[in-house]
Amino acid sequence: MTSVVLELNDVAKRFGDVDVLKGVSLTLSRHEVVCLIGASGSGKSTLLRCANLLESVDGGTVSLFGQSLGDPRVNGDLVRRHVGMVFQSFNLFPHLSVLENVLVGPVRALKRKRSDAHDEALQLLERIGLRDRADEYPDRLSGGQQQRVAIVRSLAMKPALLLLDEVTSALDPSLVGEVLDLLRDLAASGTTMLIATHEMNFARDVAHQVVYLDGGVLVEQGTPDELFNNPQHESTKQFLKRVR
Amino acid sequence: MSLSTDGDSSEETPNLLSPRRHLLFVGRRGVVASTVSTALVLLVIIGLLYFAPGGVRVRASYFNLHDMWVAWNGDPSKGILAIRDGIWTNVWMFLVSEVLVLLFGLALAWTRITKSAVLLPFRVLATAYSDIFRGVPVLLVMFLVGFGLPALYSNLATVPPPVFGVITLTLSYSAYVSEVFRAGILSVPNGQLLAARSLGLTQSSTMRRIILPQAVRTVIPPLLNDFISLQKDTVLVSVIGGVEIARSAQIYQSTVFNESGLVLAAGFFLLLTIPMTRLTDLLIARDRERRLAAAR
Repeated sequence: MTSVVLELNDVAKRFGDVDVLKGVSLTLSRHEVVCLIGASGSGKSTLLRCANLLESVDGGTVSLFGQSLGDPRVNGDLVRRHVGMVFQSFNLFPHLSVLENVLVGPVRALKRKRSDAHDEALQLLERIGLRDRADEYPDRLSGGQQQRVAIVRSLAMKPALLLLDEVTSALDPSLVGEVLDLLRDLAASGTTMLIATHEMNFARDVAHQVVYLDGGVLVEQGTPDELFNNPQHESTKQFLKRVR
Repeated sequence: MSLSTDGDSSEETPNLLSPRRHLLFVGRRGVVASTVSTALVLLVIIGLLYFAPGGVRVRASYFNLHDMWVAWNGDPSKGILAIRDGIWTNVWMFLVSEVLVLLFGLALAWTRITKSAVLLPFRVLATAYSDIFRGVPVLLVMFLVGFGLPALYSNLATVPPPVFGVITLTLSYSAYVSEVFRAGILSVPNGQLLAARSLGLTQSSTMRRIILPQAVRTVIPPLLNDFISLQKDTVLVSVIGGVEIARSAQIYQSTVFNESGLVLAAGFFLLLTIPMTRLTDLLIARDRERRLAAAR
């Protein structure tokens, strides 16, 4: 397997009259963690959605494992079985128990035997300390617990790439830590992740590369040290000053 | 200007008690007050009916227990059909219609919502269908189906009218119910769809496993509402010759010139629909509680 997981080449996307992405290029290798930073509306979420074909691109190419997703033979459902996505608002399925939430992907999409998937799901819940809550419904859990379940729900698919869309933005400040700790664990164990985030300290800790987007343009990219300590562009400097 | 909330600087404790006259309706006195007012209202209504100028005549021709008994059991010698036999026509008609309406209504809703290119002609048809059958009165559809279908296929002439009744009710009510389903499906937050698709679930899996189970919960009360209405509309089959409860009562009325059978028929429908209405209200209340609990 090639070590390049995701490659965006001059990707453009527009909604109606609005250019949301104006030619973004980005490469993500195996075991690499890339953080996307930038103001709301800078195109972070759209970029993530183009990477798992929730959105199609209007220009440029997105390639996954060296295959162009623009190829009409590519099946979006199969793409998404290899690319996990976690959302700002958790989006757990409220009519399913915590365990069923984790099982639904492996059983319904991957058609795995429930008994096999069941044990793995419990192990995943064990890992986030929620095994004893497996039979409860999501609305009984705190926001931080729900988001951790949502992350584990994606992990149950054993994705080659995990996309995280501002996963701590909807949480109480006191609950952010537990979610970020889980993501740090994942990064340490080599999970390939593309993370849109407003948590600068987290990005500094965990990212191999940090990408600053502004108005649908990739303004600057570098290691956390380069980008946070020595930003080259004026707009990057301004942004970092505002969020600090 | 001072922004202090301590507007009047007096040291007096504010009065928090209701005026005396309101205490009449508090606690046990409140129970007494509500009982008295209920009794009074009932008395007025009964009085208005009882002492009306035509009261005696109305009691004899609308609320005559003997006539109700005869209408209930029927009288073959005078060609009077028994209401108790007619009831079953209404009951099986609405039971069958309701099942068909659920299936057909869901299929229509699904067709209108999916974005599949292959289904485009069906999507247009489904939209036209729901416009037409929500717009045309059920009575007219009953005539058109009851007389039109046998005209199209003459071998249908021997089919009993209640079958056409079921077809009519299914056609009309599916249009309404499809809108209820559609609203329910669209009320499921888009994030649910995104999350399901992100797990690699196919569009139909997403619909079956994630969207529909959530939609059904919200649509049960409005659905039951439409079913109550459907149950009542089973009487319309009488216009194309179906013999059912209202028709039997009407035969009695036109033979004996006594309307008690009609009142009996009305009572029967109340017996059917009131539990259903109560159930609907209960489900609405429970759903509301669940949402409130979720918001806490």
